[in-house]
Amino acid sequence: MIRKNLLIWITVISSVIFVIQLASLQLSGDSFDRDFAIQEISIYPERGLIFDRNGELLVANQPMYELIVIPENTVEFDTVQLSNLIGIEQNELSKRISSARKYSTKLPSVIQSQISKEKNAYLQEKIWLFDGFYLRKNSVRDYIRPFASNVIGYTGEVDQNDIISNPYYEKGEMIGKQGIESYYEDKLRGVKGKRYFQKDRFNRIIGPYNDSKKDIPPKKADNITLTIDIKLQEYAESLLKNKKGGIVAIEPSSGEVLTLVSAPTYQSNQFIGQNRSVNFQNLLNDTINKPLFDRALQAQYSPGSPMKILNALIGLQEGVIDESTTFTCNAGHYYARNAFMACHNKFGTISNLRKGIYNSCNTYFAKTYKMIIDKYDSPSLGLDSWSKHIKSFGLGDYLGYDLYIGKKGFIPESNYYNRFYGNNRWSASTTISNSIGQGEILTTPIQMANFASAIANRGFFYKPHFVKKINNQANISFEKNLTSIDKENFEVVINGMVDVVERGTARIAKIKNINIAGKTGTVENFILIEGEKKQLTDHSTFIAFAPAEDPKIVVSVFVENGYWGSRWAAPIASLIIEKYLTGNVERKWLESRMINGSLLAEYEKPYKFQNFTINE
Amino acid sequence: MNRLSILKYDLVSIALYIVLVSFGIINIYSSSFNGSSMSLFDLSSIVGKQVIFFFLSLVVFIFILFTRNKFFDNSASIVYFLSIILLLGLFVFGVERGGARSWYALGPISFQPSELAKFGTALFLSKFLSIIQTDLKRNRDILIVLIIIVVPIILTTIQPDPGSALIFLAFIFPVIREGLNLNYFYFGLYIISTLILTLIFNFLVSIAILTIIFLTYLIYLRNKKIKVSLLKYIFSFFILISSSFSTNYLFENVLEQRHRDRINLVLGKEIDTSGIGYNINQSKIALSNGGFFGTGFLEGTQTKGNFVPRQHTDFIFSTIGEEWGFIGTLITIVIFSFLIIRIITRADKQPNHFRRIYSYCFASLVFFHFFLNVGMSIGLIPSIGIPLPFISYGGSSLLIFSLMFFVYLNFDSSRLKES
Repeated sequence: MIRKNLLIWITVISSVIFVIQLASLQLSGDSFDRDFAIQEISIYPERGLIFDRNGELLVANQPMYELIVIPENTVEFDTVQLSNLIGIEQNELSKRISSARKYSTKLPSVIQSQISKEKNAYLQEKIWLFDGFYLRKNSVRDYIRPFASNVIGYTGEVDQNDIISNPYYEKGEMIGKQGIESYYEDKLRGVKGKRYFQKDRFNRIIGPYNDSKKDIPPKKADNITLTIDIKLQEYAESLLKNKKGGIVAIEPSSGEVLTLVSAPTYQSNQFIGQNRSVNFQNLLNDTINKPLFDRALQAQYSPGSPMKILNALIGLQEGVIDESTTFTCNAGHYYARNAFMACHNKFGTISNLRKGIYNSCNTYFAKTYKMIIDKYDSPSLGLDSWSKHIKSFGLGDYLGYDLYIGKKGFIPESNYYNRFYGNNRWSASTTISNSIGQGEILTTPIQMANFASAIANRGFFYKPHFVKKINNQANISFEKNLTSIDKENFEVVINGMVDVVERGTARIAKIKNINIAGKTGTVENFILIEGEKKQLTDHSTFIAFAPAEDPKIVVSVFVENGYWGSRWAAPIASLIIEKYLTGNVERKWLESRMINGSLLAEYEKPYKFQNFTINE
Repeated sequence: MNRLSILKYDLVSIALYIVLVSFGIINIYSSSFNGSSMSLFDLSSIVGKQVIFFFLSLVVFIFILFTRNKFFDNSASIVYFLSIILLLGLFVFGVERGGARSWYALGPISFQPSELAKFGTALFLSKFLSIIQTDLKRNRDILIVLIIIVVPIILTTIQPDPGSALIFLAFIFPVIREGLNLNYFYFGLYIISTLILTLIFNFLVSIAILTIIFLTYLIYLRNKKIKVSLLKYIFSFFILISSSFSTNYLFENVLEQRHRDRINLVLGKEIDTSGIGYNINQSKIALSNGGFFGTGFLEGTQTKGNFVPRQHTDFIFSTIGEEWGFIGTLITIVIFSFLIIRIITRADKQPNHFRRIYSYCFASLVFFHFFLNVGMSIGLIPSIGIPLPFISYGGSSLLIFSLMFFVYLNFDSSRLKES
C-alpha cells in the first residue's frame, strides 16, 4: 500500500504545504515593501513669497545644492580630498556615507545639504572625480532683508515630531519652524503633488506608472503680504541696538502690526546654509541674551506708570473721580498705617487728573485705585470689577494674533488674593501697587501697544495681526473689541497724555507740528543672584500714539534697565513716530544718541559677581 | 476513428493540459510585456515562440495519436541512447548560455537535449523494469537501474546544469513503485533529514538530537519485544553520525559561498534582500502584492518592473501569484496535483507493465518539476533553475512535456480500448 500511494501522498502533502505558505504570503496582509516597483516622486510647488505692507519683497527662494551619493556606484576614493572639498570632518563624512549605505545601496542619500551657489560652482568642477556622487539642485529660503526675523521666522527640515503630528510631511522636507513661516505654513508651502513611475529591478524608471492616471499635480503656494513696514522695522531695530527690550508699533485703526522688534534677536538667514546647526546651537546656548526669546511677545514685565492711564479711565467710568478731582501729594502718601508710597512730585503738589497724568503722580493714582476698589461692598467685588475693566483692554490673556508664540501676562483677580491672604483678609491698600503698574500685574510689550491702541481708538481695538493680504486678497476681517470704558471718558485722559509730551515727563519726545499722546514708565525690577533678590536698574518704558486727535500709529517701547522712561523709551518711540508720519527724522542728534547708545555695561553688572549700583 | 473512440481518451487531462498551456501563455505575455502590444504569432517575441511551440506540440499530438503504442516500446532504447549521445555532443557543438553548455542552436530555435533525456530515460527505465526477468531484489538489476538514471545526471551536472540533473531523481518513485526495498527509501529519507538537521542546527546539536531519537526508538522496540540486531542498528547509527559530520564538512568546505547562502536563506539563517536573496525575495514581494484576487492581467507592478529575474521561465509562478492572486496560485496548485494524482491512479489500472511504469515515470517527472519550481518560487526550497511544466516559457520543455503527455494519453487510451 505504501508503495502504491507514496507519490499520491507526497503530492497531496506538498500541495497542502504550498497552499499554506502561499496563504501566509498572499493573505497575511503584512505586505513586503513593494515600493521597489513604484517610484513616488514628490513635486514641490515653490514656497510662497513674503512681502512687506508696501509690497517690498522680503522673502524669496534661492537655489541650493545637495551632495548626493548612490553608494552602489562609488568606487574607492580619497575621503580626505572629498571632506576638504565639502568642508566637513573626515570621520563625519565616513559616518554619513556608511549610514547612507545602510539606508540603501541603490537609492540616493543626501551627504551634505544646503550647499551655496558659489560653493556648488566650485564643487561641480571636482565632483566628477568621485564616482557615485553628484550635486542636486533644490530650493531654500532667501531672506532678502535681514530684518523682522522674529516675525518672519525661519524654515528647517522636518523633525520626528513634525512627521508624527502631520502625515503630510516626509523625512527631508522643509517646514516653517517659527514666525509667519510656521503660522502660515499651510499657505506658504502649497500642496505637494505626486508623480508615480514604474521602476525596473535596476531601480531605473522605465516610464510613468499606470499612464500617470494617479499623478496628483501640486497646488500652488500662496504669497503673503505682511502688515510690517520693513523700513520702519529696520529703523526700529537700529534704535534698539545694544539694548534689550521690545518695540511694537500698531496701526490702531486696523490692528495691523507695523513693527515688532525684539532685541537682541537672530536673523532668519542664520538658519540657512551649511552653518545653520552651529548657528542654531550658538543662539540656543546664549542664555544671557536669549536671542531666540521674543521680548516683544513673550517677555512679561510689570507695565509701570502706563497703567495709571487705565486706572484713570476706570476711575472715570466707575464715577469715583472726574477730570476736576484733585489729590494732594506730599512726595508720596501714607496709603495705610505705616505704609508710605513715595512719589517724585514735590511735597504739597496738588494735581487734578490731567496734571496727575503728565506728572505721573503715584499718589493721585493710588488714591484713585483705592476709591475704585472701595466703591464696592468688599475688596473682592471691587477688584473683580477693576480686573474686568483692565481685561477689556486685552490684558491678562493671549491676544490671538497670528504667531504661535506669546504670553498671557497677568491681571490679578480677587480669588488670587483670596488664595494668598485668605478670603477678604486684604484690601485696596494691600494691592495698592496695581495702581502704578507694579506688583502682580504682568504685561508684554505687544499687550501694552494694544491697550494704547484701544485708548487711541477711544474705546475699542482690533486684534493685532501680522498678515495684511494672502495672495493679494485682504479678506481677513476682524471683529471690533470694545473696552468697558465709555467713549467720552477718553478725551480728558488723552489730553493728559498729550501733556505728558508737551509739559510732562516725556518732553524729550516732542515733535514739531505733531501731537503725541504718551505715557512714560519707570519699572522697578529684581533678579535672583545666588538665591538673593537684588534690585536692578529700572526698566524704561513708554507708550504713545500720534497724531493724538486722529491716531495713525501706536508705539510701545520697553528698554530693559534703561532707567527713566524718558531716557530711552520715550525718545525711541518719538523717533519711530516721526519716521513713520513724516518719512524722515529731523532730530539727528537724538537719533544718533539712541542708535549709538549702549546698555551693555548695565547688563553686565549682575554677572560680574561684585556689588553694583543701580539707577545711575 | 469513430465517435466512440474519442471518448476513450482521457478528456479531463486533455482539458487540463490546454488550460495549463494557455494560462502559461497568458502569463508569459504579461511577464514579457513591454508596453506595446505584441503579436501572438511573432517568432521574434517570447510569447510568439511559445505559441508556435504549442501549435507544434499539437501537430506532434496528431502523430502520437495515430502511432501504435508498440512503437514506443520498441524505440525506448533508441530514444534513450540518442539523448545520451546528444548530451555528450553538447561538449563539442553545444552553445553556452548563462554559464552552462546545455543548448543546441539552430537559427532562431534552440534545443535543450536534457529535456529529451527526461523522455528517453522514462521510456528506457520503463522498458527495463517491465522486462519479466528484472528483479529489483537483485543487486545486479538495482545497479543497472542506477546506471540508467545516473548517466544523464552526470552528463547534465557537468554542463553544468545541476537543476536539470536533480530532476532525474524523480525516477526514484517508479523504481520504488516497482518493488525496490523500502529500506532504501527510508534510508534516503534518513540521510536527507540528517542533512537538513545538520544545516539548521550545528553538527553537535544534530548529533545529540539524533542520539535521543535513536535511543527512544531502541527502547520502543525493546518494550514491543521486537528482536533487535544490535550490531545492525549500531552500524546505521554510525552511518547517521558520519553523514551528519560529512554534511557539515561538505557544507563548510566543498560548497561555495553562493551555495551556502542560498541554503541558509531558505533556512532563514540569513536575511538578505539585495544580494543573493534577491530573486526569492522579489518573488515573495510579487506574490504578496497579488493578495487574494491579484492585481489583474498586465497590472502587476513587480512583473512589469521585471523585478523577478527569469520571471517568464523559472519564476513564472511569481507572475501568476501577482496578477492572479491567491485564487490563481491555488487553482494552479490544485490543477497540478489533480493531474498528477489522476495520471498515477489511471496508470495503476494499466495491465501493461511498460505503459504503467512509463505513466508513473511521467507523473513523477511532473510532480518533481512542480514541487521544486513552486517550492523555490515561494521560498521553501533553495533557488534552482527548473521550469514549471506546461507553463514556463521554453520550447524544448513545452515540446517534450507535451510529447510525454501525449504518449501517456496514447497508452491510457489503448488501455480503455483493450478493456
